[in-house]
Amino acid sequence: MENYIISISVSIIIGVIARAYMMNIDHRQYPSYPQGFLSHITLGLIAASLGAVAVPALATKEFAAVTFLSLAAQQFRDVRNMERQSLDNIEPTELVPRGTAYIEEIAKAFEARNYMVMLTSLIVSLSMNISKVLKTAIEIQVIIGIFMGIFSILALKKLLTRQLIGEIAQVKPAQIKFDGPLLIINDVVVMNIGLKGSRKIYEERGIAVEIIPKNSSASATLSNIGQRQAIQHQAATQLGIRKDVDEPDFTPLARRNPHNGNLVMALIPMEAKIDLLVDVVKKTPVLETCKRKPRGKELKEN
Amino acid sequence: MDIGIKESIVALVSLNKDVISSSVPIFFVDSEEKQEETAILIAKITMGMVHDLRNGVYAIVKH
Repeated sequence: MENYIISISVSIIIGVIARAYMMNIDHRQYPSYPQGFLSHITLGLIAASLGAVAVPALATKEFAAVTFLSLAAQQFRDVRNMERQSLDNIEPTELVPRGTAYIEEIAKAFEARNYMVMLTSLIVSLSMNISKVLKTAIEIQVIIGIFMGIFSILALKKLLTRQLIGEIAQVKPAQIKFDGPLLIINDVVVMNIGLKGSRKIYEERGIAVEIIPKNSSASATLSNIGQRQAIQHQAATQLGIRKDVDEPDFTPLARRNPHNGNLVMALIPMEAKIDLLVDVVKKTPVLETCKRKPRGKELKEN
Repeated sequence: MDIGIKESIVALVSLNKDVISSSVPIFFVDSEEKQEETAILIAKITMGMVHDLRNGVYAIVKH
């Protein structure tokens, strides 16, 4: 195995770098707490070592080792469970819940990132070992490995990047008004607010947006309740919400205009800045599980 | 797990003394100010939300 020590260590290092790189991007949808950071970096290290030793194990005819590798890979399916459970457990403590669809999405993303690390390490170690067979100098091997590593990190990153709401829909500021107790945003009735005090706060500090889907696929995606919960949660957590547990009046609700599929949502943030709200809604990820494509073929032809 | 009854009317606060209910408690009040105040107090206790039914009756609903 000592012949492979360089390829293994380079692969592991690049794999861990890949995990750290993706960790940076998490920040918006999932706080990278120090403890979470450590546990995910460690899991990333294990995934990277699995990818790194696969090729040398095959090359030295250690077939038993390869079998164990596939067993170890199974463990990463638990990552999804672990994330799902921990987010489910903190769900009742959120003022505006994430919703099960969003939790599932985050859990899946964490699982996929470990496979991404494994693939990156595998590609690095494969390319280094191939160049070794071709009898290139050790420095060249390392350079090829690093180059292939960076290339695969960027390619996989692009593959794993989700669409944002801003890409499938227009987001515009909307008007809040009241018809008696009914809160109306751009002609869509959202809810019945009985208390005059609450109505006054809505009129003074409330801001609202209208989300206009660009095509019928986007409209179907936005109609999904999980997707709407994700938008509500993002808006409330990023802007800070003026609400406490005993004030259900101020819960942001994304309601759909059944005639044209537009969504409207009102929010009472700590700071009433409409530009920020538009920006946050635009940058909400489109959840994989909520994506719909009715008449997909027809749309392509047009 | 958290278990409770949702989407149900907890109480009515009414200006109209003719309102009758066999299942939901009704609080009769004399003025709109009193109605607002009573509704807020009950809503805070039950964590419910106040809805205006537009016939002089406020319904407190748990969501």
